[in-house]
Amino acid sequence: MNATVSVAVASSTEPVLAQAPLLRIDGVGKSYGTVQVLSGCTLDVQRGEVVVICGPSGSGKSTLIKCVNGLVPFNAGRILCDGVDVGLGRQVDLVRLRTRVGMVFQNFELYPHLSVLENLCLAPVHVLRRPRSEAAERAHQLLVRVGLPDKAGSLPGQLSGGQQQRVAIARALAMDPIALLFDEPTSALDPEMVGEVLDVMVELARDGMTMMVVTHEMGFARKVADRVVFMDAGRIVETGTADGFFSEPTTERARGFLSRILSH
Amino acid sequence: MTYNWDWAILVREPFLGWLIAGTGLTLAIAGLGWAIALTVGVIVGIGRTVANRPIRAASAIYVQVFRNIPLLVQMFLWYFVLPELLPTAWGHWLKRDLPAPEFWTAVVALGLFTAARIAEQVRSGIRTVPQGQTQAALASGLRATQTLRLVVLPQCFRIILPPLTSELLTTIKNSSLALTIGVLELTAQSRQIESNTFHGFEAFTAATAIYLAIATLVRLAMRRFEAGRSMPQAKQAPPMALREA
Ligand SMILES: Nc1ncnc2c1ncn2[C@@H]1O[C@H](COP(=O)(O)OP(=O)(O)O)[C@@H](O)[C@H]1O
Ligand SMILES: [Mg+2]
Repeated sequence: MNATVSVAVASSTEPVLAQAPLLRIDGVGKSYGTVQVLSGCTLDVQRGEVVVICGPSGSGKSTLIKCVNGLVPFNAGRILCDGVDVGLGRQVDLVRLRTRVGMVFQNFELYPHLSVLENLCLAPVHVLRRPRSEAAERAHQLLVRVGLPDKAGSLPGQLSGGQQQRVAIARALAMDPIALLFDEPTSALDPEMVGEVLDVMVELARDGMTMMVVTHEMGFARKVADRVVFMDAGRIVETGTADGFFSEPTTERARGFLSRILSH
Repeated sequence: MTYNWDWAILVREPFLGWLIAGTGLTLAIAGLGWAIALTVGVIVGIGRTVANRPIRAASAIYVQVFRNIPLLVQMFLWYFVLPELLPTAWGHWLKRDLPAPEFWTAVVALGLFTAARIAEQVRSGIRTVPQGQTQAALASGLRATQTLRLVVLPQCFRIILPPLTSELLTTIKNSSLALTIGVLELTAQSRQIESNTFHGFEAFTAATAIYLAIATLVRLAMRRFEAGRSMPQAKQAPPMALREA
């Protein structure tokens, strides 16, 4: 083996790698039978970027972000996430990808039969093969970070919605992900609990986490989103900065959507 | 007509010994049958939910066949018919060389019959676990089998524990059918006491009391088991959840 060659290769590819987006969604389409749910979706997400996705119910937002980690198989186009070609859908690659890209769901989806601590340790122990003590120590740190240091022994059913969602974020962080996907993380919450969850997400964004967030929370978008993406009927209709999109949407459909969510 | 009550026969030898032996056999048939039923039932129940079509079809056929043929008929089929259908050497082994063939036949027949019923409960239990749980587990990098073992089945079992308890109680009662192929379990022993002493009332009262005692103990044990594994349901706002995929 030739050391000089590998050094040369490494140095010549490095700048290229730094520029390559962490996530490249390229012309992705998805249909359930004859129903076209996504068509021609194209979007790049750079490392450290926060992208907010909004759009009416049924416009394909959940489907799109679930395509990114292979939870939903798509029929057209290509997704490259952290170097993994998601469309090929091989089990080995998907597992590797999912250990690096965490997901937070609208309904939290904490495991109700396991304590908060065990919720945080399950994947690190069974997927990353971390020793249990190490996983538990990291879990405790993360619970402090989301403001729930004394809930390790609780069952999810004993927590409020806002607390559950914060635990769910900690659970995703327990895998030390390079990016996080959020699917309407505050839509199932009582209004008074939305703030505590958004605070945690804002802090994550400021720490440089790459995030793709489906949400209609404009305050959050204005604070931390590098870009806002508007979807309608399975298409990405508009992309812009948060301020630009919310104050001067360019498309008629986006204007209609914004006036509807503002009237609530 | 005067009936000569004599409760003392219940504690007289050999009748006391018969009752004890009968109780032992009842517990053994029910216990071993239950072990088979749980093992096969969980496998078949999972089989009914997998993506693989042949496995799903085979599991469905198993359930249909074993659930719909009366247990009594199944006992007879295993005991009288199966040895004739098998190659001669195997049939001989079943009839002559297997120790206590009627006992083992009863265990297997009861186990496989009950397995079909448990499989149905496991299947519906797995269906009750929300799809989002599976998605969350897969999204964290767990493989499909790990997701089933660590996330879906533990919740499934907590959900179906109450019906499983009554299935276990039914299994204990169903074990009395073993007397039809000659196993001297509790009911058979009571009958034997009756025909030896003409004190059927006392004998069957004793059997009834023993069945009741076993059922009560099982119920108490299962309740304690359940209490240690409660799974409080999260208070969530479901309307959005139902609309969103
Ligand atoms: N498993 C599925 N089978 C059939 N149609 C589905 C399925 N999942 C989602 N859909 C449809 O796809 C469309 C987009 O859904 P979704 O991505 O959940 O939208 P959003 O998250 O933007 O509300 C909807 O019309 C929905 O009915
Ligand atoms: Mg959605």
